[in-house]
Amino acid sequence: MLLRSRRTGSVFDQAAPNANRILRSVTVMLVAGGAGLLLMSSASPQARHGDRARTRTEGLAAWQQVYSVLTSPRCINCHTATNYPQQGDDRHRHFATVIRGPEGKGVAGLNCASCHQETNADSTGVPGGHNWHLAPLSMRWQDLNDEPLSSAAVCRAITDQSKNHNLDGPGLLKHHEEEALVRWAWQPGRRPDGTMRTLPPLTHEEFVAATRRWVEAGTPCPPGR
Amino acid sequence: MATYELNVNGQRKQVNVDPTTPLLWVLREELKLTGTKYGCGISACGACTVHVAGIATRSCVVPVSLIGDRPIVTIEGIGNDPVGRAVQDAWVEKDVVQCGYCQSGQIMSAVALLKTTARPTDANIEQSLGGNLCRCGTYVRIREAIKRASGQLT
Amino acid sequence: MRATPKDETDMHVNRRSFLFASAAAAGGLLVSLYLDLSAAAPERNQAPPAKVYPPDAFVNIRPDGKIVITVNRLEVGQGAQTALPMILADELDADWSQVIAQLAPAGELYKDPVIGIQMIGGSCSIPNSFQQYRELGAKTRAMLIATAADRWGVPADQCRTKDSVVYGPGNRSARYAELAEDAARRPAPTVVQLKSASQFHLIGKPVRRLDSRAKCDGSQTFSLDLDLPGMLIALLARPPVFGGRVRGFDDREARNVSGVRDIFEIPLVTGSAVAVVADRFWAAKQARDRMKVDWDLSGIDHPDSLQLFAKYKEIAQMPGNIAVRLGDEHAIDQIPAADRIQAEYEFPYLAHAPMEPLNLTVRYERDRAEAWVPSQIATWEQAAIAEVLGLRPEKVTFHVLSAGGSFGRRGTTDSHFVREAAAIAQRLPGTPVKLIYTREDDMKSGYYRPMFVHRVEVGIGPDGMPIAWKHVIVGQSFVIGTGVIQEAILVKNGVDKLATEGTDDSPYTLPNMHLSVHHPKANVPTLSHRSVGYGHNSFVRETLVDELATRAKADPIAYRLKLLKPDAKKFRTSLTLLDQKSGWRHRLPRHHASGIACSEYNGTCVACAVEVSIENKRPRMHRATLAVDCGLAVNPLSIENQMQGGLVFGLTQLMANGAITLKDGRVEQSNFDRYAPPYMPDAPVSIDVHIVPSAEQPTGVGEPPVPVIAPAVVNALFRLTGKRYRSLPLTTV
Repeated sequence: MLLRSRRTGSVFDQAAPNANRILRSVTVMLVAGGAGLLLMSSASPQARHGDRARTRTEGLAAWQQVYSVLTSPRCINCHTATNYPQQGDDRHRHFATVIRGPEGKGVAGLNCASCHQETNADSTGVPGGHNWHLAPLSMRWQDLNDEPLSSAAVCRAITDQSKNHNLDGPGLLKHHEEEALVRWAWQPGRRPDGTMRTLPPLTHEEFVAATRRWVEAGTPCPPGR
Repeated sequence: MATYELNVNGQRKQVNVDPTTPLLWVLREELKLTGTKYGCGISACGACTVHVAGIATRSCVVPVSLIGDRPIVTIEGIGNDPVGRAVQDAWVEKDVVQCGYCQSGQIMSAVALLKTTARPTDANIEQSLGGNLCRCGTYVRIREAIKRASGQLT
Repeated sequence: MRATPKDETDMHVNRRSFLFASAAAAGGLLVSLYLDLSAAAPERNQAPPAKVYPPDAFVNIRPDGKIVITVNRLEVGQGAQTALPMILADELDADWSQVIAQLAPAGELYKDPVIGIQMIGGSCSIPNSFQQYRELGAKTRAMLIATAADRWGVPADQCRTKDSVVYGPGNRSARYAELAEDAARRPAPTVVQLKSASQFHLIGKPVRRLDSRAKCDGSQTFSLDLDLPGMLIALLARPPVFGGRVRGFDDREARNVSGVRDIFEIPLVTGSAVAVVADRFWAAKQARDRMKVDWDLSGIDHPDSLQLFAKYKEIAQMPGNIAVRLGDEHAIDQIPAADRIQAEYEFPYLAHAPMEPLNLTVRYERDRAEAWVPSQIATWEQAAIAEVLGLRPEKVTFHVLSAGGSFGRRGTTDSHFVREAAAIAQRLPGTPVKLIYTREDDMKSGYYRPMFVHRVEVGIGPDGMPIAWKHVIVGQSFVIGTGVIQEAILVKNGVDKLATEGTDDSPYTLPNMHLSVHHPKANVPTLSHRSVGYGHNSFVRETLVDELATRAKADPIAYRLKLLKPDAKKFRTSLTLLDQKSGWRHRLPRHHASGIACSEYNGTCVACAVEVSIENKRPRMHRATLAVDCGLAVNPLSIENQMQGGLVFGLTQLMANGAITLKDGRVEQSNFDRYAPPYMPDAPVSIDVHIVPSAEQPTGVGEPPVPVIAPAVVNALFRLTGKRYRSLPLTTV
């Protein structure tokens, strides 16, 4: 089930709330001492990365852009909370009773790889990419009713290093920039009827740029649930 | 048109086809292996299931150009495998088939399951065979036959 | 009326009464009388001339001992290819392990002996050919014995047979294979002694299918698998709305696809299409995808299923052509509103969607043709090919190939797909052309189970039993106006029986019943679909009876048994057996419920109990128990298979995506992604089948189980949700 936490989304957040508070105070002191750390806390409105300053406001705006991509069909269809993927722009349940399986790769006889190859098969309308599989449940961006989670909830999920394969800000940026299955969303291939699949609302370059701005701002998350 | 050398049921076969041709039609029309069936063309029914490098694969949606040298096993060859033979025998013993058109795919999926899970539960069977459509409705007997094959093998 | 197998010693016995019994049992795909309509006139006293079936057209005993039995039916999964040889082999005393079955080509001798055309449908393979194949086996045996007896100079009645051997007095024996050639020269006897039931060694036993192994190792040839030298593949670019015509087309891109041979227009039964012919399926498909066809869609209706439902509901408010008028049609008005149930039901178009899409192969030469067809109505289809090609039917050599299912789809009255193939073949003389329907073509090509609206009012008496039943049915007829011989039998007073069966022959006591019917026209071709009218009528009937039982606080089986007419014998036996075998329904875990339903089809009754719970907002079926009374159980294993399979088939209309819909004349579903029949997780985990022991004439089993499951499931759901489900498919629970 979705956890409801009150984390601010700072990359420095750890599992233990007390450690959180201590670290935050330390951070404030270090920043105030001009140590030039990457991080930002909710108490301090500015952070530094190289020569760039990103306000929290800018960061949140950038996050909204990132969120708009993550919750578009080409991405969110494989970030389900259920034991099945979705397909199509209407995000209906994937046909043929395809299911998640223990590793998000389907089950014997009905693996993702049973149909999805290393590249798109435009002549038959099946999308493909390297290591096609479902995002783990820790990376679900929907609820059990297949409704996208809020911006705040998705932000918390993807910045939770205990859940996101230990990716920090630069790690997330690299993931968005280079990961094959992420990049697939911008070359999603043709449907069986020959028409092109719709793309996310930003280009890949815009998506990476927005991610960068968000990371530079310390990956802030909007408040709320 | 392009030439591909395929490894099918342990034999090397050369074909000269349009690269976008699904493996299904290469098997059926070039190699005359018609045991693998066309049911839907969009991987929704499983009648076209073969094994590619040991993975149950829906050949109607995989263009031959993406196969490479991965070995292919079809229904015509699966009987050479002890699990395949046990499944076919169980299918006959349990009188599973009716029209039979989906059964090549059912058998290939069942073999893939049993090679991974020697003693599948009801849930395992339902998940692994849950994407193979049978309009004659032989599912109950397919379940029984898989359990029988499992029993014979373990 | 019908003689039991024990009593039959003469093939002429009761032929006329048998014919009338068949006519009276009108229902199912096609029912007609053998020979001609005048034989149906009750005033006639002459029995029609008996048909002669020479054994050598059906049985070939080879020198190596193999016995090849020719089956006068298409095999679509129903098991006729095993059951009919079983019947013959039993009377023949053949060694079953040596029996091979083959499907008969189109031919005079292979016509259904009761219906008079070569066909399958109406679950009639066993009922109509049981006697015939017994006689064939018995005659062949008699000829073999006579041959051996002559050779040995002993009386025939001192000879016995067992497992393909004749035994004579004094340790003499001769294998059938040794005797066959001589035996074939003898005239076939006109009268034979048939076995008594106690002598059967195959009939009545669970015998496995003959075609299992081939269907498990890839060696079974289906129609789509046929490969002939020089064969070409044809696909059709079909109009998006039924009846559309080709105004013109641009095939330049299509012709650039390597392997394309020709592209041309052909007529359809209504409208026209463009044929794309290539040397491979994929080339034909690529080429067709690149075709630009300018369709003339003017002057034809563009149906919309939502609009049709609205229109049907309006029409249902008024009585239509009377189908049943029993008792007092105003009796319902006398019953207080509190004791009346009003219900409106909606049933969508259903696609048959057999696993093997439509296809066939035709080769045309100047003065003859050859066809390879998974043919449900061989007589008509051979004639249709001949008509298109301007030949006499006997000039069309017509091979029947095994089909990957049909459920009625391959049995059209207009033989549309064979006409299309013939038209294409005509343009390519000397070349075998295989016309293939892709799954999309198959699903969008029409010939659906029609959509229906039922409007019912039931008035209940003080004892909780129904007193009055007022029922209006609205739905297309695919018989009216076709001019086929069956129309005269099926359509009376403007009512097509195929739309009312299940209601007009209700097994329940209803002192006052009024059933009327409207058959609106719509530009959607429709067709028989496995269990035909019972599919929707039994749903209405069994859900309403369940409501009555609930109101009466009665057990649903006990209530039905009480409500049954005294002469509803097979309903009684099947419900009683079901009661005995479904004790589990009284011991269900929490959040599980059971539902009951029963149905008849062409003389076979099936009763069903199903255990249901709700998982992820869908019904989850755990167990189903079926009891069936089909007279003598020829092959109990085959019956079990058909019961289990038919039950799963009947689930299609409960699936969330179990409907064909149209918008602006276009069918909205094209493949199994949007029209999703049941997969294994949608079916019960276990289905146990129990057969009522009987020595009566066998009746068919292919269709009878289909109508029971949907009402049984929704009856169970009521117990879980308190809701009655009257609109299919079941999209929300």
